[in-house]
Amino acid sequence: MPNLTINGRSMSVDAANDTPLLWVIREQLQMTGTKFGCGAGLCGACTVHLNGEAVRSCQTSVGNAVGKKITTIEGLSQKGDHPLQKAWIAEQVPQCGYCQSGQIMQAASLLAKNTNPTKEEVVAHMDGNLCRCMTYSRIQKAIMRAAADMRTASATTTERRAT
Amino acid sequence: MNKHVKSPASEKLDLNRRAFIVGAGAAGLTLGYAGTPGLFGEAQAATAAAPAAAATFAPSVWYAIGPDGLVTVTCGKADMGQHIASTMAQIIAEELGADWRDMRIQLASNDPKFNDPVLGAQITGGSWSTMMNFDAMSRAGAAGRIALTEAAAGMMGVPASELVVRDSLISHAKSKKSVKFSDVVKSGKATKTFSADELKAIKLKTPDQYTMIGTSVPQIDIPSKTNGTAKYGIDTMLPGMVYGKVVMPPVRYGATVKALDDSDAKKVPGFIKAVTVDDKTGTTSGWVVAVANNYIAARKAADALKVTWDKGPNASVSSDVLLAEAKKLQANPDSGLFFVKTGDASSAMGSAARVMEAEYTTNINIHAPMEPMNATAQQQGDTWHIYTGNQFATRTGAIAAAAIGVDPKAVVMHQAWLGGGFGRRLDADMVVPAIVAAKDVGKPVKVIYAREDDMTMDFSRPLTFQKIKAGVDADGTIMAMQHDVVSAWPTARWGIPEFLTPSVDKKGGLDGFTVNGSDHFYTVPNHSVRAILNELAQKATPSGQLRSVAPGWTFWAVESMIDELAHAAGKDPAQYRIAMLDGTGDNNGGAQRLRNTLLAAMGLAGYGTRQLPKGEGMGVACVSSQERKTASWTACVAHVAVAPSGEVKVKRLTVATDVGTAVHPDNIRAQVEGAALWGVSLALYEKATMKDGAIEQTNFDSYTPLRMSQLPEVAVNIIANGEPATGVGEPAVTVVAPALANAIYNAVGARVRALPITADAVKAAMKA
Repeated sequence: MPNLTINGRSMSVDAANDTPLLWVIREQLQMTGTKFGCGAGLCGACTVHLNGEAVRSCQTSVGNAVGKKITTIEGLSQKGDHPLQKAWIAEQVPQCGYCQSGQIMQAASLLAKNTNPTKEEVVAHMDGNLCRCMTYSRIQKAIMRAAADMRTASATTTERRAT
Repeated sequence: MNKHVKSPASEKLDLNRRAFIVGAGAAGLTLGYAGTPGLFGEAQAATAAAPAAAATFAPSVWYAIGPDGLVTVTCGKADMGQHIASTMAQIIAEELGADWRDMRIQLASNDPKFNDPVLGAQITGGSWSTMMNFDAMSRAGAAGRIALTEAAAGMMGVPASELVVRDSLISHAKSKKSVKFSDVVKSGKATKTFSADELKAIKLKTPDQYTMIGTSVPQIDIPSKTNGTAKYGIDTMLPGMVYGKVVMPPVRYGATVKALDDSDAKKVPGFIKAVTVDDKTGTTSGWVVAVANNYIAARKAADALKVTWDKGPNASVSSDVLLAEAKKLQANPDSGLFFVKTGDASSAMGSAARVMEAEYTTNINIHAPMEPMNATAQQQGDTWHIYTGNQFATRTGAIAAAAIGVDPKAVVMHQAWLGGGFGRRLDADMVVPAIVAAKDVGKPVKVIYAREDDMTMDFSRPLTFQKIKAGVDADGTIMAMQHDVVSAWPTARWGIPEFLTPSVDKKGGLDGFTVNGSDHFYTVPNHSVRAILNELAQKATPSGQLRSVAPGWTFWAVESMIDELAHAAGKDPAQYRIAMLDGTGDNNGGAQRLRNTLLAAMGLAGYGTRQLPKGEGMGVACVSSQERKTASWTACVAHVAVAPSGEVKVKRLTVATDVGTAVHPDNIRAQVEGAALWGVSLALYEKATMKDGAIEQTNFDSYTPLRMSQLPEVAVNIIANGEPATGVGEPAVTVVAPALANAIYNAVGARVRALPITADAVKAAMKA
């Protein structure tokens, strides 16, 4: 039985290596924050992180996830207080909310590398994530807000170290 | 005209005498079993009580206050992202005087006590929820405040009239005493009851007294939608649950299963059984459910099943065939039923200085909410539990019951957040394979559609064909208009007579939800509208209500034609509209609001105030969506740039909407922006086609809603003029396509009359 490391916990799963990671996470481990949308890597609703990179869990096999750090929306932050999650609330982004776990996970992989993205970089990074409620403008605003918060936090930390 | 839309004041609203008890130590509500009238199928509907007669009015069901002071509101409307549960809580909190932080929300079961107070059923659509529940929620909130206040007065030994209620605190200024809601509830002294007449007599706040309505309080459901904890139907987990994957037939409708070979499926570990769905409700046809102990096994087993179908009568139907049939029906003067007949359009046409006619089409469109259709069915004793996010619990529960031949009262619908609705979840198909399979295997079954199933078996927006003929006088003013609308009739498919509209000449019931909007507010002395059912489309493409429904196509035709007539008369299209929105006769009131909204949008967009570069143009449209009696007055100025290739870039949409009373301005902006972007998506990017009886598009590679890179700037402007609150989820969808087409014409002189608008069509029209 494959062993997966999800949100810092090691879990043994009863699934063949070719099983899409999505269904193991959702139905076997019952971590339902990660959503099924298209099953073909076309919508981004199932986005999780594999060693910090955003991947479509419907297109990622259990075998490929073994030995890597898997992060889902449930593990993005301890208390739902990742700068993106806070920004999503501040901008009142979600409507139906179904795609938003995937949107947040996709955005998180951008901000992990670049806390000062241009609008064009945000669009290029996010264009694979569909939102049928069309909350795109608020998603953009929330990403920019979170990026600014992360830059401020980082500057504060640096200052504190300096003094 | 719209029989089902009853004003809250209507005597049809059958208020019963059940008393209303607030709070009193309530720790939440017990969700009861279903007790739905048989609102399904032609046969049952004949004997079913009309929805209004089934209405109950027991405001205590809408919320309870616990001893902890938390106010839990039970929302009977489906919440598909319009935050209607939060809105209901906001309206209650305004009159109750509760602290917003004390408000909680939960979703109702299909128990009739949670029926919409105006509609008398649990159905969510039409952008009706806020307007139709505002009064009931306000009165429920006010009654609670009165009951709590009177109890508090007794506790404090002061006159109730001297008490002030704010933020869940009841205060007496003179004595500086105060008690919290929680204290009153704990005391058990809040026992005042209200008869229906007493509820009706409560004097509600006037808008100048509002402290909550009109403010953008944080939506209660949003935090759970940022951390993965919000539960949707697809997230249902039950002990002993197994999984179903549907094997869909090769045609949209009409197939029957001839043979089923499960020999390969049996080799799939975890496979339990292949269940053929013999659907007595007629909702589905030719479906087989592969049941297995996990979803991947169900999927593998479904792939391994060898099903032989008789494809049935629709196997040669294509979009071209449907359009040809529509044109044939329209050409027949005996087709259809009259939705509008004012004056004598055909004889007035004879005396017109000039007659113009044009044909407008829309293709099939797919809802494609991000959460694919799903349902979980579980039997417990004689009760069947259905877990699915649904917009029409009253009917869907009844369909589930009929699918296995049990009493509708035996079905409990468990509501969840909807991962998108858009009208798709008004339908009941998803419960059929779940309950049939669960009964067959004797275990709870969760059925999840693959995206391909969801797309190809959508109850789609129907293909539509419209012809408008207009006669104008020498000045270009419209004297006569004949408008024919040919489509499948989605609402007629429900088999609920109350949802049909009698034709103006009483010759039969027509589906008003295919022609709403054609009864526009322009003054046209001789006006007729025919609603024509395309029977072939009705059978081959069972259609549904897609966000904005009829006005999504009727205003496409009307607002394009008005523009064409304006240009033919050499007049500015906006001024031409304004002149016809003069409020004559029945148009009085509505026409002026629409005119003012158009003027607002023009001003905000800078319409006509500046020279645009070559290849750019602005176009206007204004609409009274959804229905004439439930309109939000919405106008749009679209600014486009058209390339020589015909490629259209939307530079900016300026939308103004008169909503009467803005309960939650930020939510209105979100809904109107989302609706307007749906308008863009349907106008430019979304097209489904039928070939050989099947929908050809199967996933988001071939059916392509708007993505972030295609996002135009949308400026939303709210007009709140103190009239009653209207709805905002849909109207802005309908104004965008004609505004874009009119802008394209102004940019490059190309008139397009088919949706979606393609670069090729624009380029061809540029040459013409």
